[in-house]
Amino acid sequence: MMTLLITAVVVLAIIALAQVVRIFEISNSMREQKEEDNRPSHKENDSYGKIGFALGMLFWLFAIWSTFKWGKYLLPVSASNEGLDTDQLMWITMAVIGFVFLITQPILFYFVYRYRGIKGRKATYMEHDNKLEAIWTVIPTIVLAIIITYGIFTWSSIMNPDFEEEPLVVELYAKQFSWQARLAGDDNILGYANVRLIEGANTLGVDPNDLNGLDDIIVSGELHLPVNRPVLFKFRAQDVIHSAYMPHFRAQMNCVPGTVTQFAFTPNKTTAEMRQVPKVINQIDHINSLREEMGEEPYEFDFVLLCNKICGSAHYNMQMKIVVETEEEFNSWLKEQTTFAESL
Amino acid sequence: MAAEVQNASEHHAEEHHHHHETFWNKYVFSIDHKMISKQFLITGIVMGIIGMGMSLLFRLQLAWPDKSFPILNTFLGKWAEDGVMDPNMYLALVTIHGTIMVFFVLTAGLSGTFSNLLIPLQVGARDMASGFINMLSYWFFFTSSVVMVVSLFVPDGPAAAGWTIYPPLSALPAAMPGSGSGMTLWLVSMTLFIASSLLGALNYIVTVLNLRTKGMSMTRLPLTIWAFFVTAILGVLSFPVLFSAALLLLFDRSMGTSFYLSDILIGGEVLSNTGGSPILYEHLFWFLGHPEVYIILLPALGITSEVIATNSRKPIFGYRAMVGSILMIAFLSFIVWGHHMFVTGMNPFLGTVFTFTTLLIAIPSAVKAFNYITTLWKGNLQLTPAMLFSIGLVSTFITGGLTGIILGDSALDINVHDTYFVVAHFHIVMGLSAIFGMFAGIYHWFPRMFGRMMIRPLGYAHFVITFISAYGVFYPMHFLGLAGLPRRYFTNTEFPMFDNLVDINIIISVFAILGGLAQILFLFNFFYSALRGKRAPQNPWRSNTLEWTAPVKHLHGNWPGEIPEVHRWPYDYSKPGAKEDFVPQTVPISPDEEATGH
Ligand code: HEM
Ligand SMILES: [Cu+2]
Ligand SMILES: [Cu+2]
Repeated sequence: MMTLLITAVVVLAIIALAQVVRIFEISNSMREQKEEDNRPSHKENDSYGKIGFALGMLFWLFAIWSTFKWGKYLLPVSASNEGLDTDQLMWITMAVIGFVFLITQPILFYFVYRYRGIKGRKATYMEHDNKLEAIWTVIPTIVLAIIITYGIFTWSSIMNPDFEEEPLVVELYAKQFSWQARLAGDDNILGYANVRLIEGANTLGVDPNDLNGLDDIIVSGELHLPVNRPVLFKFRAQDVIHSAYMPHFRAQMNCVPGTVTQFAFTPNKTTAEMRQVPKVINQIDHINSLREEMGEEPYEFDFVLLCNKICGSAHYNMQMKIVVETEEEFNSWLKEQTTFAESL
Repeated sequence: MAAEVQNASEHHAEEHHHHHETFWNKYVFSIDHKMISKQFLITGIVMGIIGMGMSLLFRLQLAWPDKSFPILNTFLGKWAEDGVMDPNMYLALVTIHGTIMVFFVLTAGLSGTFSNLLIPLQVGARDMASGFINMLSYWFFFTSSVVMVVSLFVPDGPAAAGWTIYPPLSALPAAMPGSGSGMTLWLVSMTLFIASSLLGALNYIVTVLNLRTKGMSMTRLPLTIWAFFVTAILGVLSFPVLFSAALLLLFDRSMGTSFYLSDILIGGEVLSNTGGSPILYEHLFWFLGHPEVYIILLPALGITSEVIATNSRKPIFGYRAMVGSILMIAFLSFIVWGHHMFVTGMNPFLGTVFTFTTLLIAIPSAVKAFNYITTLWKGNLQLTPAMLFSIGLVSTFITGGLTGIILGDSALDINVHDTYFVVAHFHIVMGLSAIFGMFAGIYHWFPRMFGRMMIRPLGYAHFVITFISAYGVFYPMHFLGLAGLPRRYFTNTEFPMFDNLVDINIIISVFAILGGLAQILFLFNFFYSALRGKRAPQNPWRSNTLEWTAPVKHLHGNWPGEIPEVHRWPYDYSKPGAKEDFVPQTVPISPDEEATGH
C-alpha cells in the first residue's frame, strides 16, 4: 500500500515537472501573439475532457474500493437496543445517499467527457425546463420527508424513553482529564451534588446531608453495568465542557458545567458476549497482529467511554473502561464497592 | 438617490486624471475597488499558506505520532523540543488552522476579493458606494490578520480551544495555556474582523441595490452578484451576533461576569460564578456559525454558476430556480443552527425541529446541483482550469452535501457528532467546495484583475493534483469517524481499538503533503503571471458580462466615458440566430430576436 502510494506520488511529481518544462516552451512561444479569444484549443478540450472523466471515475472507484477495504472498520458492533435502531436508520440513509452519490458523480464527469468542446461541437440553447425542475424538486422532497419522519421518530424514542423496567441511575462525572461514575445505590436516587461541596475524599461534591446520597457508590477507572437493564445516565462536569461518548452503545451526551444532562440506553451484550462476536474477533485479531508488529501488548475487547469535546491538553486520553455483565456478576461487583457514607 | 450617487461618481471619474497619484494612495490606502480586491486576495493567499502549513504540521503528528520531525522543532520551537509536538500546541494549531481557513481565507479572502472586484464591474458602477468604507474594510481585515499572526508568538501559545472557542475552556486561563493572552488576542482579532466584514457587506448591499447601470434589473444580474448580495445580507444579520457572543466572553474573562460560567472548580479553586450557561454561548456562536458556512459557500457557488455557464457556452439552467434556491438556502440557514447542538442536552422536541429545518436545506441544494449538471448537458465545454475547478466544486458539493443528511438527522448525529465524520463532511462540502470556487474565480478573473493571463498548462497540473489529493485527504476521514474516532485528538494511540486506523491516517497525510506541494504550482503561476504573464485581451473567455467591456488597463471609475447600458440578461450563450456563440449584455435586443423574459 505504502509503496503504491509513494509510486503514485512520484509519478505525479514527474508529470507535474514535465508540465512545467513544457509550459515554459509554450508560454515563450505564445508571448508574442495576442489573440482575442483565449479559450482552450479543441485539443486541450479533448484531453481535459478525457482526463476530467478519468479523474472523476478514479475517485468513484476509490470510493467503492475503500468501502470494501475499510468498510469493516465502520460502526463497531452495536451493543445497545437503541444502537440497533439508529444503525438501521443509518444503513437506510447510507443506502439512499450512496445510491445518489454513485449515480450523480459518473453523470457529472461523463458530461465533462461527452460534451467537451471538440471541433464541430455546438451548444444547445436552453434556459429552463419546468418539468425537469419539478421532478428534481419533488423527488428529493419525498425521499427527505421519509428520512425526516423516520429520523424524528427514532430520535424521540431514544430521547424520551419509555422503559418497562425502572432504569438504573448512574452519574458520569467529567473533569480534566478523567471520568468518575456514581451509581445511585439501593434507593436508585442520586444524592444532590455540587462542585462547591467538594472537599477531601468527597471528590464529586455529594451533599453529605442529603440522605439519598449516602448509599451512592462512586467508582473510578472502571464502571460495571448489568446487561439488558436500561441505564439512565446523568452527566456533570467539574471544569469545562466534556462529552461522554460510548461508541459501542451509540450514545453521546455533553457534560456541561452548571447543569445536569441525561441520556439512557439498554446494553444488550455483555463484554464476554462481545468478545465472541465474529466481527469483533476479526477486528481484535487484526489489531493484535498490528500491535505485535509494533511490539505492544495484545489487546482484549472492552467497552470504553471517551471524551468527545475538546477539553484541554489530555483530551485525547480521557477514558474509562465499561464492563457489561450479567445481573449476578453485576450485583456481586456492586457489593465490593464502598458507599458514599462508608467513604466519609 | 441612486442617480445622484451615480452622477457624483461619474463626475469624479472625469476629474480623476487631475489627481496626483502617489504610491500610497494607489497601492496602499487605495479606495479603488479593483485594488482593494487584489489586497484582499493577496492577504487571503498569505493567510492560506499559513493555515495550510499548520495542517501539514499536525498531519505529520497524526500519521506518525511517535516519530520525531526536526521540521516541527524548526517551526514550533519550544512547543516541539525534540521534534515531537506538545499536545497543547496540537490543539493550538488545529484552532488557528480552522479560524484562518474559515474566516481569513474563505470569508474575507473569497468574498472580499470577488465581491469587491465583481460587484461594481458586473452591475455597471464606477466603484463601490463608499470607497472610503471599502478601504476601511480592508484595513480592519489587515489589522485583524496581523493580530492573529502575532498571537502565534505569545509565550503561552495562541488560542487552542478549537475554532468554536467554547467556554469555559476558552474563558479560563487555568483550563489551558492557550486561554491566556492568546485567547485575548484571538478575540481582539475577531472583533476587528467582524468590523471589516460588516463594513464590506454594507457596501456590497448598497452598491447592488443602488448603483446598477441602466437596464440592469435584478433579474438581469449575473448569479455571482446574486450570491454576493445574499452573502452580504447573511453577514450583516449574523456577524453582530458573533460579536455579542465574543463581547460577553470578554466580560466573563476579564470582568468577573457569569454569562457562560456556573459552578466550576478549576485549578483547585471553586469559582464564584453562578447562574451562567456555556450553552448560551453555543447558541450565539452557531447563530452566526451556520450562516457563516453559507457566507463561505454561496460566493463559491455564484462564481461557479458564472464560470460553468460561460464555459459551457449555454445559459445557466434554471436561472430563476437558482436565485430562488439561493434565497431559500439563505433563509433556512438562520433556523438550523441547533444541529450543531443536538447532544448538548437541548430539549428533545427542539432537536426534532432542527432536524426538520436542516434536512429541508437539502432540497434547494439538490436543485442547484442538478441545475449545474444540466447546464453541462448538451454544452460545448471549454475546459479551462477555472471550468475544471468549478466542475470539481459541483462534485465536492454533492459528496459533502450527501453526508450532511446523516449529520442533520439528530438520531444519527448522536453517534457521529464531533468525530472525524464531521471533519470529512465540512471539509468536503465547505472547505473543498469553497477553495475550488476560489481557484475557479482566480483562474477566470485573473485577466481582469491583473491584465495578464495565467499559464494554462500549470493551471491544469494544479487542478489534477489538487483534485486527487483533496479527495485523498478527506474521503477516508469518513471511515475514521464511523469507526468512532473523535476529532481534536492529539493522537489516537491511547485507544487500542483505533490501532487499525493507522494505515488510513498515513494515507491521509501523504495526500495532504502532495496537495500542499501542488499549491506551489499555483503560487508560482499566480505571482509569475501577475508580473510577467502574457497580456490579456479584452474578453478572453468570450463572456457576456459587463466586466469584460471595461478596458484591460484599470482605470479609476472603470469605464472611460459613459457606463454601458444593459439590454439583456447575461446568459445569452449560443442563442439561436446570433452570429457568435455569445451576446454581451450591452447588445440591444434585435427586433427579430425571441424574447426570453429577461
Ligand atoms: C490543506 C488542506 C487541509 C488539511 C490537510 C486539513 C486537515 C484538517 C484536520 C485533520 C482537522 C482536524 C484536526 C482535529 O480535529 O484534530 C482540521 C480541522 C479543521 N479544518 Fe482543516 N484541513 C485542510 C484545509 C481546510 C480548509 C480549506 C478549511 C476551510 C473550511 C479547513 C477548516 C477546518 C476547520 C474549521 C477545522 C476545525 C478546527 C477545530 O477543530 O477547531 N481546513 N483540518
Ligand atoms: Cu474531556
Ligand atoms: Cu450548521
